[in-house]
Amino acid sequence: MSFDNHVSTLKYAFPKTIPILAGFSFLGIAYGIYMNSLGFGPWYAILMSVFIFAGSMEFVAGSMLLGAFNPLSAFLLTLMINARHLFYGISMLDKFKGTGKKKYYLIYGMCDETFVINSTEKAPAHINSGWFMFYVTVLNQIYWVGGTTIGSLFGSAVTFNTEGLEFVMTALFVVIFLDQWMKERYHISSIIGIGASVFCLVIFGPENFIIPAMVLILIALTLIRKAMAKREVIS
Amino acid sequence: MTLTQQIIIIACVVLGTLTTRFLPFIIFSSDKETPLYIKYLGYMLPPAVFGLLVVYALREVEITSVSGFLPEILAVGLIIILHYWKKSMLLSIAGGTIFYMILVQMVF
Repeated sequence: MSFDNHVSTLKYAFPKTIPILAGFSFLGIAYGIYMNSLGFGPWYAILMSVFIFAGSMEFVAGSMLLGAFNPLSAFLLTLMINARHLFYGISMLDKFKGTGKKKYYLIYGMCDETFVINSTEKAPAHINSGWFMFYVTVLNQIYWVGGTTIGSLFGSAVTFNTEGLEFVMTALFVVIFLDQWMKERYHISSIIGIGASVFCLVIFGPENFIIPAMVLILIALTLIRKAMAKREVIS
Repeated sequence: MTLTQQIIIIACVVLGTLTTRFLPFIIFSSDKETPLYIKYLGYMLPPAVFGLLVVYALREVEITSVSGFLPEILAVGLIIILHYWKKSMLLSIAGGTIFYMILVQMVF
């Protein structure tokens, strides 16, 4: 791909990531301040953002570092908190095919927000979709690491009232859900996602509902498979 | 914890995250044809996952007090109206977020 093509792909990708720029700058700064408040120097937050790159997990990891030394439980807890990424991978198996060496970074950098954009955006014909997804992933990681760096270095200097700004991530997920809802022919999968999650949230509580909800979603989707095949949803 | 122990803990978290992200691609490598059932899941999962993410983002909502859920409901309501009206991602997100900030800072 020529330099001009890279520039035009980057120009196409950037506007799609602006909501993430807003959300990650804020959450990244919050994370930097949080790590600072736990007594860790700036390098902890910055390096954890580069290598872990999974927002909610990084907050948990910060508190783990203050607890007892237990590597196995750290590993298992990470598997549980990040189990939803398994669904992202299954959804992107086909889309990532033929992206060459970039594929490893696309998978490595697939946080919630990057998955949301890369799985919903259909790049036009003149844009290479592999490079588009690559730039979305890179930009999002730059925002997150940038926010973390600013937060851990200058966090205490923030003076305006940012209470409620974290809602930007919720708003993004709601909008993505609505976009999907407006364009899909059958709403069954969207309804299953909301229904199973709310049901499990009520039963298991906010800390433990994700894995039961994933299991319930899998069961429900499996049960309706025959009915969906009849409707020729999937060729 | 010593620095070495801290590095080991962080490495375990990195390893756990990598596992959840890479596992599907390792099991269903691109050289082999993906099983139809997995293709079906890959096609059907995204809408359900977006629903899961919405609930995940709102998981801390408290239904026991008005200030614990009303700002969220009103802001999500505004996002739905804005989005059906203008279909502009940025307008819906910015409008909903600013409205939510006003609610939690000044009203509730």
